[in-house]
Amino acid sequence: MDEKDQEILHLIEENARISVAELAKMVDLSVEETALIIKELEERKVILGYATVIDWTKVTSTETVTAMIDVKVTPKRGVGFDDVAERIYRFSEVRALYLMSGAYDLSVVIEGKTMNEVARFVSDKLSTIDSVISTTTHFQLKKYKHDGVTFGDNDRDHRIVITP
Amino acid sequence: MTAKLKKSIRTSKLVNEIQPSGIRKFFDLATSMDNIISLGVGEPDFITPWVIREACISSLERGYTSYTANAGMYELRVGIANYLRKQFQLSYNPDEEIIVTVGASEAIDIALRAIIDPGDEVIVVEPTFVSYAPLVTLSGGKPISVATTVESNFRLTPTQLINAITPKTKAIMLSFPNNPTGSTMTSEELLEIAKIVEEHDLIVLSDEIYAEMTYDGKHASIANIKDMRERTIIISGFSKAFAMTGWRLGFVTGPADIISAMLKIHQYSMMCAPTMAQHAAIEALQNGMEDVRKMVQSYKQRRNYIVKSFQEIGLPCHNPGGAFYAFPSIKGTGLTSEKFAEQLLLEERVAVVPGHVFGSGGEGHIRCSYATSLDNLKEAVTRIGRFMEKL
Repeated sequence: MDEKDQEILHLIEENARISVAELAKMVDLSVEETALIIKELEERKVILGYATVIDWTKVTSTETVTAMIDVKVTPKRGVGFDDVAERIYRFSEVRALYLMSGAYDLSVVIEGKTMNEVARFVSDKLSTIDSVISTTTHFQLKKYKHDGVTFGDNDRDHRIVITP
Repeated sequence: MTAKLKKSIRTSKLVNEIQPSGIRKFFDLATSMDNIISLGVGEPDFITPWVIREACISSLERGYTSYTANAGMYELRVGIANYLRKQFQLSYNPDEEIIVTVGASEAIDIALRAIIDPGDEVIVVEPTFVSYAPLVTLSGGKPISVATTVESNFRLTPTQLINAITPKTKAIMLSFPNNPTGSTMTSEELLEIAKIVEEHDLIVLSDEIYAEMTYDGKHASIANIKDMRERTIIISGFSKAFAMTGWRLGFVTGPADIISAMLKIHQYSMMCAPTMAQHAAIEALQNGMEDVRKMVQSYKQRRNYIVKSFQEIGLPCHNPGGAFYAFPSIKGTGLTSEKFAEQLLLEERVAVVPGHVFGSGGEGHIRCSYATSLDNLKEAVTRIGRFMEKL
């Protein structure tokens, strides 16, 4: 992957809504070249999707509950943790899943409408999987920073209008 | 009976000679208006990286609230020496060839005061930072303006320099990458300048505060040219590269005898730079370079964007190789740079700085800082385009 590809990826990661024309100007390529690079990156599954970071706490009617669950599991012969991981990430409630080193094996990020919904998922779906030995659920209280984006209104430009 | 001091002699003749900054006048107009998109800001739009701010907080928490050595904390001077060696292959001794100053502005001031005797002439290559000529005047010298033009990409040509030199010429002030043109000079071009400088036994004040913001190729310092180190004073600081403008922390390097003379002025006027800012600067040099790289990358992308966008709307603009300013020509509009900037501000609420405030050669251009968000740049280009169509 060359430098321009990476430059484009960084810019898209920061702002997925940037137009190809703007992008092309910034990386000093033609619009056609830039569009081709993006298409190739999508086809190679380097670009997996275009997401939007939303502060849902500002949309009261759609408030959600997020929990991070530490899961201890028994790995299976031949497939290790992959098999159980796949069983877990297929649930639509699961937003993220990581294999971890340390005190537990899997870190599962769950999102639900209410605390009860998350609790039901843990007790009815997650804990009942054969390989799962134990779960520890941590509810998220407040989001300060997510995917490199800080939440809040701290990005005001403090500079005066004209300076030397 | 107490005689009243005559109004004409209340302030020094030197100060009376100086005109208020043209930027100030424009600033007053711009700040009286709302909803302005500003391309008039000569400083980074990034906030100082957290790791640097955190070092300052820690300095205060640990109670470092007293003076430091006049020349600056030794650890910082060593850090500056290492930084200059690594980034620009410049070798300076932290014991006697570096002073930490209160911004690069103080460094320029004490450099001039250390070398100028009354009547000495100092060549100021313009358009350039607004402080140089007034500071030459305040030091008792006479600024001799040399206007670079867009035809030479705002670079100083050997002929221009030779024509400006007189028996009274003591020094020349260079600033590349340049504010406001964004122009840079290559080692080969500087070599030609260096030959003339040596032949006429001049001192060079080289303001390299924008050195990190060099986008096409590597920054060239005149001090790297053979025999130039002994007659060059390099001005730099943390403001631009590390986004630390408000910290007022600069540094100056040069041959020991000149630095020693500068230190005399510094110790009696400033004493030392702020201690907590110096701690932050140590951290900046040790752990801030990755942030610098990211910020410079971002400036380069925005440089590409604004230059191409200006060309699309019919605003001729040379490609600035450094700093974070575009300096397009507005000569085709028939307006003076001041009139253009004023009308643009009043009609479309975009603040740019008229080129004439940066000295000769600046008329017919406007300075547009692209150290602002892409959204602001997009909107500014749209508004400037609309404004041009109405002319």
